[in-house]
Amino acid sequence: MRAFDYVRPESADEALALLAEPGTSALAGGTNLVDLMRLGVARPERVVDVDRLGSTEVVERDGSLWLGAGVRNSDLAAHPVVRERLPALSRALLAAASGQLRNRASTGGNLLQRTRCVYFMDPTKPCNKREPGTGCPAVEGLSRDLAVLGHSEHCIATHPGDMSVALVALDAVVHVRTADGELAIPAADFHRLPGDEPHRDTKLPPGALVTAVEVPLTPLAERSTYRKARDRRSFAFGLVTVAAALTVEDGVVDDVRLVLGSVAHKPWRATVAEDAIRGRTASGSVFDDAVRAELAAARPTDQNAFKVELARRLSVATLHELAGGQA
Amino acid sequence: MSVLGHDHVRVDGRDKVTGVARYAVEKRPDDALHAWAVRATVPRGRVVSVDAESALAVPGVVEVLTWRNAPRLQDAGDDELQVLQDDRVAYRGQVVALVVAETLEVARETAATLDVRYETEPHDVGLTIDHPGLYAPEQANAGADTDSARGDVEEGLASSAHVVEAVYETPALFNNPMEPHATVAWWEDGALRMVDSTQGTTPTAQTMATLFGLDEPQVRVTAEHVGGGFGSKGEPKANPVLAALAAKAVGRPVALAWTRQMMFGLAGYRTPTISRVRLGADADGRLEAISHEAFSQTSRLKEFTEQTAEYVRHMYGSRTALTTHRVTQLDVHTPSWMRAPGECPGAYAIESALDELAHAAGVDPVELRRRNEPEVDPETGAPYSSRQLMECHDRAAELFGWAGRDPRPGVRRDGHWLVGTGVASSSYPAMAAPSGARVTARPDGTFRVGVNATDIGTGARTVMLQVAAEELKVEPERVHVHIADSDLPHGAVAGGSSGSASWGWAVAKACRALRSRMATERVPDDGLEVVVDTSEDLQGRAQLARFAYGAQMVEARVDVRTGEVVVPRSVGVFAAGRILNPRTARSQLLGGMTMGLSMALHEEGLLDERFGGWANHDLATYHVAANADVGDVTIEWLPEDDGELGPLKAKGIGEIGIVGAAAAVANAVWHATGVRVRSLPIQPDKLLDRLPG
Amino acid sequence: MRAPDLARSVARVTQPPASTFDVTVNGTPHALTVDNRTSLLDLLRERLRLTGTKKGCDHGQCGACTVLVDGRRTNACLTLAVTLDGREVTTVEGLADGDDLHPVQQAFLDHDAFQCGYCTPGQICSAVGALDELAQGWPSHVTEDLTGEVEPSAEEVRERMSGNLCRCGAYAHIVTAVQEAAR
Repeated sequence: MRAFDYVRPESADEALALLAEPGTSALAGGTNLVDLMRLGVARPERVVDVDRLGSTEVVERDGSLWLGAGVRNSDLAAHPVVRERLPALSRALLAAASGQLRNRASTGGNLLQRTRCVYFMDPTKPCNKREPGTGCPAVEGLSRDLAVLGHSEHCIATHPGDMSVALVALDAVVHVRTADGELAIPAADFHRLPGDEPHRDTKLPPGALVTAVEVPLTPLAERSTYRKARDRRSFAFGLVTVAAALTVEDGVVDDVRLVLGSVAHKPWRATVAEDAIRGRTASGSVFDDAVRAELAAARPTDQNAFKVELARRLSVATLHELAGGQA
Repeated sequence: MSVLGHDHVRVDGRDKVTGVARYAVEKRPDDALHAWAVRATVPRGRVVSVDAESALAVPGVVEVLTWRNAPRLQDAGDDELQVLQDDRVAYRGQVVALVVAETLEVARETAATLDVRYETEPHDVGLTIDHPGLYAPEQANAGADTDSARGDVEEGLASSAHVVEAVYETPALFNNPMEPHATVAWWEDGALRMVDSTQGTTPTAQTMATLFGLDEPQVRVTAEHVGGGFGSKGEPKANPVLAALAAKAVGRPVALAWTRQMMFGLAGYRTPTISRVRLGADADGRLEAISHEAFSQTSRLKEFTEQTAEYVRHMYGSRTALTTHRVTQLDVHTPSWMRAPGECPGAYAIESALDELAHAAGVDPVELRRRNEPEVDPETGAPYSSRQLMECHDRAAELFGWAGRDPRPGVRRDGHWLVGTGVASSSYPAMAAPSGARVTARPDGTFRVGVNATDIGTGARTVMLQVAAEELKVEPERVHVHIADSDLPHGAVAGGSSGSASWGWAVAKACRALRSRMATERVPDDGLEVVVDTSEDLQGRAQLARFAYGAQMVEARVDVRTGEVVVPRSVGVFAAGRILNPRTARSQLLGGMTMGLSMALHEEGLLDERFGGWANHDLATYHVAANADVGDVTIEWLPEDDGELGPLKAKGIGEIGIVGAAAAVANAVWHATGVRVRSLPIQPDKLLDRLPG
Repeated sequence: MRAPDLARSVARVTQPPASTFDVTVNGTPHALTVDNRTSLLDLLRERLRLTGTKKGCDHGQCGACTVLVDGRRTNACLTLAVTLDGREVTTVEGLADGDDLHPVQQAFLDHDAFQCGYCTPGQICSAVGALDELAQGWPSHVTEDLTGEVEPSAEEVRERMSGNLCRCGAYAHIVTAVQEAAR
């Protein structure tokens, strides 16, 4: 780990001023940043500890639940309103990492976690995300866990998170502060596709701080869930994850959200599938046709082609379950 | 009074649950420096330059060792131990320099940023069944014969009513004990002192003495607590050598620990194996032919041939048989021992193939094994000292509810689960190695037992105490056991499931001798001491086939939505001679079965063909079973009184639990789904497109 | 061979950026100045010589370093020591009450819930934290009804203890031990 200066600012303004300097990283729970620093993947000269600045409050306001950036994943998953009215969020958090990691990981930090692609995590090998212009060995190398949708020749990494996938399905909005003021970014737009700038994971402006996440408390959100397929029963990143919400009236789908995780550089909102389901009969064949239409855009490698089939099966099963049927 | 054969709480248990137990680097002297290994980032070539000067300018850095300035070593017959002796790079990740510094933080960062330049050469890291470099070694691991044949196997296959021919593969597997390899070394008046995380302080001390040109008594190695090994700490790796080199160079104690990442490249591993298996049987499923051709890899530095085809040689009768081992040198680090080397991957292949044969012949898999029970060891013709394989199967079947099993694959559905059951046999040789022991009677009525056992979690420290108390016929409270110190009479390595039998033999012998002396002699003030060695006792044993046996049955459930596999229950029944401490024995068998489940479902070293080495090298990308993966496990053993094993009548239990475990899971997955996975691990991608719906 | 130059090397290590802070470990307050890079794990093991907390992976992937920070189970390897100003840390050495083992420690001993013992301190601290989470009614990944009560069933314990790897494979005994301690 590179030697660094450590600063714990007293206020957000002070933090933002510090973060404006190049070579500075913001530290919250540290479960990803400290890991990356020890590996030499992140080499900040200065670490600004914002862990105690972030609000740890979860409050209901104007029909939404506002999650402070400092709320721990474990507290959020166990919060009574989240459990009752945002089940996909609770389930996504509980499917992530381990009990002790969830106790440290914060809401803001979790949004900013980086890919676990084995080439990104190994500074002795090239990686466009870590060192732009060095190439992407994953395309021709080990890609089993990597992206099947929305990737580019420059990067086939996935966003590895669970919480962010649920937040997209719940129409959440990420609130951020920059030196110039405040900004609201829909969760669906927060992460980005790699294109030719794979070193940029999100649309968070440089030096900005996540302050809160706003999640609307809707009837749709109450009918949401999260499913995760993985190589180990617990404490493993997803192969494919699904956050979905579905409301049905008289057998017809009133509204639907379908978001796929671990398949792209961002949580993948399956809008093609949603459009093909909304207003139609809630049936297995409708779901299956819709998900197949969505996945027609998939461009897997030989090693990860199974993730397309896995995404199809898990999506259809999850929608079916939400529609009240058996999988 | 009977102590042996009864539950005895681990004598070091309290230290372990309170955090008092100290492992390797935790026992370092206060003035110890920290060393950090710098590893090659090319798969083959040579080191051209190392910018040690810049590194030495970093505050806190005390020394940078490279091949140019490291003290010279003698030849100890293992080129993996010739660290920093020349400029060659034999594999990606090999140690090319060592940074020694005042703090861990400084050592690590300096090592990470050390400027090392290389000249690279073309490399080859991929094992294939037709690799041009494959050759027949002189012998395989543990002295196993390279090839063996009985009758004409081609004729046997040609005359068979049923033939199964298949290739089974196991990937590179990493021992990954929870305590990474670690050593503290320091020099006192020309003598070398080490605290090492090792499975045997005697072999480590012997090797260090050779490497550093010392007499054996000038080296003392201790290993009071060892955080697991599973074979990877059986032979010294580079860590004790580097720590001793560095301590010699800087004149201060040096502590060195591998990181978890280094455990995937500096600690040994199980080679990937490829097994071409052909079984032929008559209409009733009686074997006419067994052919097992095994392929594996080794490094350019040292030959290690996994004895994959050894398992079947002694396991099932067959009119004709052929077994072969071929190995190829690649630009990789040297494979080594991992829990049941040979038997483990061999049993996966053979017990899977038998399941395929059972299906082809329309015979229940347990019945198939019964029909192929040999009268004597088919390989050697030697009688078995005891063999209760079918008794294990029968008891396992009772516990599991095997009777009435529907043999058809892929027909049992429970919601979104496909459900199946599978069985496999287990076997592991019952070995013993020469060991010494020293037992002293004290005038206060207590006894001191010195035996160079190593307790890597097996419970050896506890069992040695039980053996001594039993043989001395005294309360265990009066016995004090001292282990894991190379200054003790030489002891065998904690490996090959032979520890208790080997060390316990020596302890029993010493205690018996002491008791007979005490019958006629008074214990003087400075104690009455007996020192023994079992070399001659072992030479006098009859030529018999000595093996432990077992049967494992599991239920597998496969999620048709995802291809995920769950094993909700498993049963293991073993016949392993006398069980010395049921409490720790159960834990050992449970641990072996759990590691076998992990092998079946999770573990896979992913070769990086472009860069060399392993692309996954941490516990997030190389999965081992977590708590949630393990369902209900039932373990039993059968009473067994085998008088041909030595005074303890014990066969060893450390490895047999993993043998056959992966095959039982694979067979159950086939029974659940109809999909036969012949390449471990069984992950969703190998099942998904062949599952219904 | 280079002769050690103790005076010089001790003087030189003050150079990496360091910070001063207060932390309480097992009830004992400490005022410390450490290299900013120092993890809580290395602070415990190297500086305070509390070696009960183990380094299994140093990356949050094995749980061997689990301790309690302000009562909550935490991976010490991913916690920078300097961030702990004002916090209270409890390690495996701080669980027993004199000679009386903590109920979780006693249950691990009673059920032989370990072999080599290297993951054990982390397992025990994790279990103490997990039992507290259960007592607070926190759900887990395997909890069917997110809004209902939670019980320390085998399935719940398995899931909640999955952040602690045990290569000796003692999981089945760990579950029994944790369930017993829950009673």
